[in-house]
Parts: sequence; C-alpha cells; structure tokens
Amino acid sequence: MRSNVLRAVAAAASLMVFSAAQAQNQSVEVMHWWTSGGEGAAVGVLKQDLEKRGVKWVDMAVAGGGGEAASTALRARVVAGDPPTAAQQLGMNVRDWAVEGSLGNLDDVAVKGGWDKVVPPAVQAFGKYKGHWVAAPVNIHRPSWLWMNAKIFKDNGLTPPKTWDEFNATADKLKAKGITPLAFGGQAWQETTVWEDVVLGIGGPDFYKKAIIDADPAALKSPTMLKVFDQMRKLRGYVDRNFAGRDWNLATAMVLKGEAAMQLMGDWAKGEVIAAKQVPGKDILCSVAPGTQGSFLFNTDFFAMFNVSAAKRPAQLLMAQAIMDPSFQVTFNLAKGSIPARNDVSMDKFDDCGKQSMADLKAASAANHVYGSLAHGHAQPAGVQRAYFDVVTKHFNSDQSSQAAVDELVRSVAAAK
Amino acid sequence: MSPLSRWLSRHMAKLALAPSLIVICIAVYGFIAFTTVLSFTGSRMLPNFNFVGWLQYERLWNSPRWIVAVTNFGLFAVLYIGITTALGLGLAILLDQKVRAEGVLRSIYLYPMSISFIVTGVAWQWLMAPDLGLEKAFHAWGWTSFRFDWIKDEQMAIYCIVIAGIWQAAGFVMALFLAALRGINGEIILAAKIDGAGGPQIYRHVVVPALRPAFLTALVVQGHLAIKSYDLVVALTRGGPGYATELPSTFMYGYTFTRNEMAVGAASAVTMLITLAAVIVPYLYSELKNQDAR
Repeated sequence: MRSNVLRAVAAAASLMVFSAAQAQNQSVEVMHWWTSGGEGAAVGVLKQDLEKRGVKWVDMAVAGGGGEAASTALRARVVAGDPPTAAQQLGMNVRDWAVEGSLGNLDDVAVKGGWDKVVPPAVQAFGKYKGHWVAAPVNIHRPSWLWMNAKIFKDNGLTPPKTWDEFNATADKLKAKGITPLAFGGQAWQETTVWEDVVLGIGGPDFYKKAIIDADPAALKSPTMLKVFDQMRKLRGYVDRNFAGRDWNLATAMVLKGEAAMQLMGDWAKGEVIAAKQVPGKDILCSVAPGTQGSFLFNTDFFAMFNVSAAKRPAQLLMAQAIMDPSFQVTFNLAKGSIPARNDVSMDKFDDCGKQSMADLKAASAANHVYGSLAHGHAQPAGVQRAYFDVVTKHFNSDQSSQAAVDELVRSVAAAK
Repeated sequence: MSPLSRWLSRHMAKLALAPSLIVICIAVYGFIAFTTVLSFTGSRMLPNFNFVGWLQYERLWNSPRWIVAVTNFGLFAVLYIGITTALGLGLAILLDQKVRAEGVLRSIYLYPMSISFIVTGVAWQWLMAPDLGLEKAFHAWGWTSFRFDWIKDEQMAIYCIVIAGIWQAAGFVMALFLAALRGINGEIILAAKIDGAGGPQIYRHVVVPALRPAFLTALVVQGHLAIKSYDLVVALTRGGPGYATELPSTFMYGYTFTRNEMAVGAASAVTMLITLAAVIVPYLYSELKNQDAR
C-alpha cells in the first residue's frame, strides 16, 4: 500500500518536472519598462506575435521611463546567474553587457534575415559586438520632436517655430495670453532631452558631435555652450510651477488636453496621442525640434539576448527572428510611434509624422548627420552620461548662472571619464 | 550525567545563539568587508579587483552631488532626531497625566509607525503637491493666497522629507518614552515633592534624567531610520528638484546601479558607516559603561 502511494507520488512528480521542462522550452522571459498607455499597447503586439508562433511570453515589466529600475533589476539577475531571456536595453548598455560577455550570439538568425543590409549603420554599431549580432533592434526613435496643440496654435495664429528664436517669440506670445507655453516634466532625462535639442539646434551637428559624442573639453567650454545654457534658462521661464518630478506622459497629457501648448519630447509621445484617440498631424502637430532640421538624433530599443541554457535558445532565436520580421516591424512601430529599424519596409501605413521621420533619417544618413542621443543612452556610457545629467538638471532647477554651469560641465565630464 | 550532557547544558545558550551569530558574521560583517574592499577597486558595472588606492574616495569627495547629499543628511538627521525626540517626549509626558482616553490616543499616535516609508512618502507627496494637495484644498475652500509649494522648491524640498519622517516616527518615540515613564519609581517623585520641588522642576531634574536608557534606544533607532531613508526620498521627491533632496542612501544606490560606478558607491557606503559609527559607538560605550558601573 505504502509503496503504491510512493510510486504514484514519484510518477506525478516526474510528470510535473517533464511538463515544466516542456513549458520552459517555448517561453521567453522578457524584461522591459514599457508601462505607459501607448507603450503597453506596443508590447502587446510583440506578445501576440510570439504567442501565434507558439512561444509563451513571461512578462517582467519594471516601470520607470528611463529604464533605471529595470536595468538594476537586470543586473541583479545576471550576477545571480539567472538572466531573463531578453531584456530591453539602450545602445550603450547593450555594449556594456557585451563587454562583460553576458550576451548570446544571434548571427544565425541575422544572416538568414539579412540584417546587415537593412539596418542603418549607426544602429548596427550598437547591435553588434566584435562583428557578431548580440541584440535585435525593434525600432528607431527620434527624441528631438516638438509636439504642439493644433487648436491653441490655430486660435492664436501661430505656426510651428523653426529656430530657437522663433520658439522664444511664440512662447512669449502664449505666455502673454496666460497659456503655459511648454509642458515639461522635471526629471533629469527629460531635461537633458531638451538640452541636447538646444545643443543641436543652436550649435549645429558638428558642435553636437564635438560636445556630446566626443565630449571634447574645448567644445564644452566654448561660447556656444554658454548660449545653450542661456536658452535653457529662458525655457525655464516657459514651464509651469509644478513641473518638478512630473512624468513625461503626464506632460504629454497636458498638451492633449489643451492645458499647455507645446512639448519637446521624442516620438514615443505619439503613442500617447494615438491612445487618446487623437490624430498626430491634425489634432497634435509634429515638427522636429527647432534648429535641428537636416540632422537626426536617434535612440533604438534593443532586445539584448542573454546567454541562456540550450533548452531556452530555440525560443530566444524565434523571438529575435520575430522582432526583425518586416510585418511585425510595421505593426509594432505603428503602435509605438517610432519608425522601423529596417529601411526596406513600406511606410504607407504610417502617419505623416512617421513618414517624415523615415525621410529625414535617409537624408541625414546621406549627409552623415545621424547621431546617437545622449539623454537616451546612445552617446556616452552611463557614468559620463549621468555627469551631463547632473549639470543640466542642477542648472535648470536652480538659478545657477550659465558660466557656472559650463565650468561645472567641463569638470564633471572630465571627472566621470 | 555524562560529560557530554554536562558540557551541553553548560554551553546550551551559546549553541542556541551560534547559528544567528554565524549568519550575522557572514551576512553583515562579511559583506561590510566586501564593500570596503570594493571601494578600493576600479569596479564600474560589475565588481572587479583592480586596486586603485584612494582614487574612488577622491572622486567621491570631488562630486558636488555627494556634498549635497552629505549636507542634506546633516540637516535631515539633526532636525529629524531632534524634533522627533522632543515631540515624542512631550507627547509621552502629556499622555502620562492620567488622561481619560489614553489608550485610544496612544493608538492614534502610534499608527503612523505601522505604515512603510513608501506609503508615507506617497501620501505626503500627494498632500504637499501644490496642484493636488493642501494648496489646492485651501484654494478650493476660499483661501486663495495660500502657498505651500516647498516640495517643488529647490531650497525647501528637504524640509518636506523632514516633516514626513517626523510624522511617522514621533508616535514610536512617544511609546518608548511612555513605557520608560511608567517604569520610574514613584517614591523618587514623592521624595522630590517632599523636598519642595514643583511640577516642571520634577520633570527637569528627576524624570528626564531617569529616562536616559530610553533616550539611548530612541537615538539609535532614529539614527538607523534616518540613514535608511532611501524609500522616503524616492517616494516623496525622487531626489528632486534637480538633485536637491539627494541623501547618501539615494546617492549610493544611484552611483552603484544606475551610473555603473560601483566603487564610488561602495566608497560612499563605507563613509556612511564610519560616520554613523563615529557617533553611535562612543555614545553606546559611555551609556553602557555607566550602567555597568552602577
């Protein structure tokens, strides 16, 4: 009697282990920080696509717009020897992980899919390490957009500003009428997003390259940088009283509801516009940040594929393949607001803002003015990037002078290298 | 009794404590040692063991963000510990006056301690947000010139954290002091009254000195709550505006995990430990020495 019970228990246990192993085979654990309305819809697209291919999606969402909390959770998992199958990471972080040797090899899928031919070189630089593909790019985001409430602009007879001087004039007119000119969220990454728009807009692409990509002290000390901080001080006067600590999507909501006129935010704000059932290009006007015409700042969401056990590899490779599938790239990016990471997909289904983005990318690539965004982890490694963040946020949130900010910038960047 | 069982019964207490002691030695002191070692290396994203001497400490003290964090911590610790102790003592003395609803009042004052720092932070953030909380309420009730936007003000935001911290811990300190007050021998008070001492004099010269053990406990508990205030800052202001409410705990977390500067984070943790030890250990030593002498 007792041995029968024991045999039954042993059989049940082995069945559970066997089915658990089977279930593990066809599931991917994915870490990301896409938790706001538009972003959540985009993740849903990937999830459904994978489920259609028979791969179960185990979600590991960690909220926080810049991905800081998610990256910390990821680090703990990797050090513990139990990395997730894939993790959303920005360009520089992908490179950091590749240097540590934590990422797997996607070359089989990449060669079959012809990734080398269709992914722009600037994006490839981050997705490959020592010639091998280690991460799959999902999209190309452009952080340097200006979003405007169409009704406010029409009622006040305004047109989208093309330079920073025009922006100041527009903002002054709006402020005189009692409308908040700039919807803003006081978090370091948002402040730096606007700051790099000003650097590119006032200094031009070569200055951006020297000051941000190369972190050249001469460029950081230059009078152009003083002008940049002067403009930031002006922008401080155009935001409302409660901007400190506000999340980016709440600032977008201010523009959507007509409580503010403009927002300088990346094209992920388009996801919020669509989720609020408004039409980008009609209800909310889009144009590139003032002065940045002809250049293209980008950041790409990669899914870094970690070194996992052989049992989990098939599902991981399926996911990589699914991400770079042309029809998936179209569906996902329609929901997310970005443009596909492949340059061979048709842009017919995209709205005018998206079409303009792809056209700008192709033009800027030809002129070699495509640069990674500092605020979004594609220009400098984390330590140096945060040094920039600190200076920008301190200057914006206090009444520090532009000269003091420039001196602090030179010092901090040198100390962080 | 066999020699073995005799030995066991003699050392039973030590054997019972041994597992906890071993775990503490490894988990607390072992990792303190590991962190100290890390602070002398060049670790960035993950630990490595290239030793660089005092470089990370130099980088730490050259960082303006650390200076802000240390200044904030000094302000926060002094105000938090000082006001909470004073408030707790005051409430305890008042409650000790044989008031009618003492049990109910005691529970009400103690409730805030039962909620976590995160909940305290979020609730106070809503209260202190100008567009959501007190300021909006007063405007809606008719007092339209009322302003309470400390939390958005770079100079005043740290005081918001102090307020939230005091609100949470005052009841706990009150409970500590109340228990100690109840433990004072009534005959000493009678003796003082016979000598002609009035109410406040009795408190100043007899009662408060007799509470010294309770002061020690309160200081140690509040000291460790103050240094641990990471979740309060994150929930209340996220370190903002800018980095005006940075505290050493948020600094350490940010540098170690977000900025891939693990060695600088380790150096800041060691500095925090040494600072706290420099204050607590002599105080502890002097109090316990006096107790033994008595």
